[in-house]
Amino acid sequence: MKMDHSLPLEYSTDQNKLNILGFWIFLGAEIMLFATLFASYFTLANRTGNGPTGAEIFEITPVLIETFLLLTSSFTIGLGIHAMRLGKQKAMLTFFSVTLLLGLAFLGVEIYEFVHYVHVGAGLQTSAFTSILLTTLGTHGAHVTLGLFWGLFIILQIKKRGLTPQTANKSFIFSLYWHFLDVVWIFIFSFIYLKGMM
Amino acid sequence: MEFFERFAVPHPSPAIYASMVAIGLVVIAIIAGLTYFKKWGYLWREWLTTVDHKRIGIMYLISALIMLFRGGVDAVMMRAQLSAPENTLLDAQHYNEIFTTHGVVMIIFMAMPFIFALMNIVVPLQIGARDVAFPRLNALSFWLFFMGAMLFNISFVVGGSPDAGWTSYFPLAGNDFSTSVGTNYYMLAIQISGIGSLMTGINMITTILRMRAPGMTLMKMPMFTWSTFIANVIIVFAFPVLTVALAMGTMDRLFGTQFFTMENGGMDMLWANLFWVWGHPEVYILILPAFGIYSEVISTFSRKNLYGYKSMVASMVVISLMSFLVWVHHFFTMGQGALTNSIFSITTMAIAVPTGVKIFNWLLTMYKGKITITTPMLYSLLFIPLFTLGGVTGVMLAMSAADYQYHNTMFLVAHFHNVIIPGVVFAMLAGLTYYWPKMFGFMLNEKIGKWTAWLLSIGFLLAFMPMYITGLDGQARRMYTYSEATGFGTLNMISFVGAIIMAVGFALIVYNVYYSTRYASRDISSDPWDARTLEWSTHNPVPEYNFAIVPEVKSSQALWDAKKEGHNLFKGKYEEIHMPNNSGAPFLMSVVFFIWGFAMIFSLWIPAIIATIGIFAFMAHRSFEQDHGHHISVKEIEETETKMRGAK
Ligand code: HEM
Ligand SMILES: [Cu+2]
Repeated sequence: MKMDHSLPLEYSTDQNKLNILGFWIFLGAEIMLFATLFASYFTLANRTGNGPTGAEIFEITPVLIETFLLLTSSFTIGLGIHAMRLGKQKAMLTFFSVTLLLGLAFLGVEIYEFVHYVHVGAGLQTSAFTSILLTTLGTHGAHVTLGLFWGLFIILQIKKRGLTPQTANKSFIFSLYWHFLDVVWIFIFSFIYLKGMM
Repeated sequence: MEFFERFAVPHPSPAIYASMVAIGLVVIAIIAGLTYFKKWGYLWREWLTTVDHKRIGIMYLISALIMLFRGGVDAVMMRAQLSAPENTLLDAQHYNEIFTTHGVVMIIFMAMPFIFALMNIVVPLQIGARDVAFPRLNALSFWLFFMGAMLFNISFVVGGSPDAGWTSYFPLAGNDFSTSVGTNYYMLAIQISGIGSLMTGINMITTILRMRAPGMTLMKMPMFTWSTFIANVIIVFAFPVLTVALAMGTMDRLFGTQFFTMENGGMDMLWANLFWVWGHPEVYILILPAFGIYSEVISTFSRKNLYGYKSMVASMVVISLMSFLVWVHHFFTMGQGALTNSIFSITTMAIAVPTGVKIFNWLLTMYKGKITITTPMLYSLLFIPLFTLGGVTGVMLAMSAADYQYHNTMFLVAHFHNVIIPGVVFAMLAGLTYYWPKMFGFMLNEKIGKWTAWLLSIGFLLAFMPMYITGLDGQARRMYTYSEATGFGTLNMISFVGAIIMAVGFALIVYNVYYSTRYASRDISSDPWDARTLEWSTHNPVPEYNFAIVPEVKSSQALWDAKKEGHNLFKGKYEEIHMPNNSGAPFLMSVVFFIWGFAMIFSLWIPAIIATIGIFAFMAHRSFEQDHGHHISVKEIEETETKMRGAK
């Protein structure tokens, strides 16, 4: 395999570069996916039928906790990639583990939030508004869940195989994914929760 | 017993029972044949597990042709039903099912795989690459498409076909009005193959951006590669919209959500909007690669450089952007108000301009050229006037006020067939004929090929021109019959005759394949058409590694210039070549997707959950797998090259 040592490990082979570009394009598709969900959300946000409105069900505390957890996890994965570039495997794995724990905590709070919604009569079937709300949040949550498994697999692989061009490439791509989920969350936070509570 | 009742067809007919028997017999025959000739191993090793872009392309091609016949049978049945007033060949329900499956099969399972076939076969060769960027993903794309198609096609014998139109508008497609599982098939089968299309989009863009031969800058790419690139950019941006729309439709039907319902805030028009935000770009996903094929063919057989290369590229870029800005023209009559309609009228008319630019470029390419009329060229020559007609009626439809007269009439049906048949289908057949020697090492018979082109064109004119007239006179689309008093009888009979002629034309293609396989000479050079681009600089058929030495390129018609100026495209000597390994995972994972889809369609939750876990298990396996591919040694390359050259 041809390797270019002037570049960071994750870019060092031809296939690695292809993988990263391919993933960026995939993120483009993901942007369209979430954009469609947001567009549908804005269309349906006031169509609450007999169900509750956003202002009636949103609770600021869990949302702030979620935001804090996810934003911090985005920071720690950044530190993880920084450690990886310096070749510090142990520090990197620590940061990755912290990231995943934060992600897990986020998911925990989100599950609590969902249970709360169903409890106050805002289930998936209640109205167009609750359907699109839970679908949009759920799609993001499903992405986080997938990310938890994916991140775990990468940690296991680095433990076993060390920092190779392949594992570094996967870690870097995973970090892109994780940052992306953070960006989506910021939109959810601003345009679904804040706007909904105003 | 109750459990099995759900799989029964709600509205059976002798024809459906006959098809069940026929399908059963064909499956048994295939299994028996494979066992008897001991071909299971061959099938698995060489095809089901392949990651070679050329073989994947051939599998796309075969699937597309099979689907063309499935959709074609639907078409002939519809035309037969309408051939006379108050005909009773089909009842309303069957007619509904047939026009629905016809539309879906033709767009999603015929036209899409056909363009993917040509993209897969041609693009890596045209840019001097050894494969696509992600060969394994490419195999997965194909198998997902294939399983989606299979899932959709079993609907009419297991549980019932969808019957809400290929546009599947809500509330008609909701549980209240579409009670059978048919529309579940629609939602899930298209979803599965759509995921495959999205992955192809990512794959092709990466391939084209990063794997071009040295010297091939973006503005030196052959036009088919450019058109593939743009079409795939549209795919990446348009398909996620469909993914979301289908997911929402599925949830409405299976989980009782309220997206497109009539109460609790649901909004049926949201579906129409989302569908067409994908749907209109989709028609350009189909037509741009077709334009790419015409560009290659017309330039080759006029023995001239493509006229207006830059404006060709620019017009495609403009089309790709604008294709996202016109979707409302599909429902001018559904109450947006005059301002919205006017805006979308204007954007729609504007999109005809870059399309027109391309037409003039092709004409000017031919102008003063040394034209040879081969079959692919004949298709291109027939395409230009026929497609222009379709474009002009498109502009008529684009006038929102006038569209109140045309909308949902046969006039509309005539318009889109007028752009899709001479536009997309003719291009695919031209591409099929043109690239046949690349795939199989012999040419298709020219005489039969030209007969086919003429039959299809005459059949097309007879089948669809009358619809413009009956449409203007008010014959509605999607109606299973009409009364004697309307006076539509004669024109519809002419349409039926046209449809039969087209069917004969399509049958001739199969005959041509048979005839040429038997009789055509295998002794052809690597460049039988005297063509201009890189794909013709390697052997026919192409060796596994495509190019023994990576070519170096100076212009957009590298091979032509090399031939004229006598320089060598392949400098340097053989080196070891790295190739990806075969894998059964894409096929098996897609089988699990099929099971998942089937279980979802019938609300079989436990199998659906197991299949979901299975899909994630495949992803986990892929994450841990280490696959470094294999190397082809210099000695092997030398042997292959000598053999290939000896065969000439
Ligand atoms: C010159 C460019 C074109 C213009 C101005 C145009 C305009 C239109 C308009 C206004 C409609 C909607 C009419 C109605 O529902 O009343 C329509 C329908 C349609 N067009 Fe075009 N079109 C153009 C090119 C194409 C091309 C190139 C394709 C495909 C390759 C295509 C495929 C379709 C299809 C499939 C439908 C109907 C879908 C349905 O309702 O089932 N059009 N076109
Ligand atoms: Cu359109």
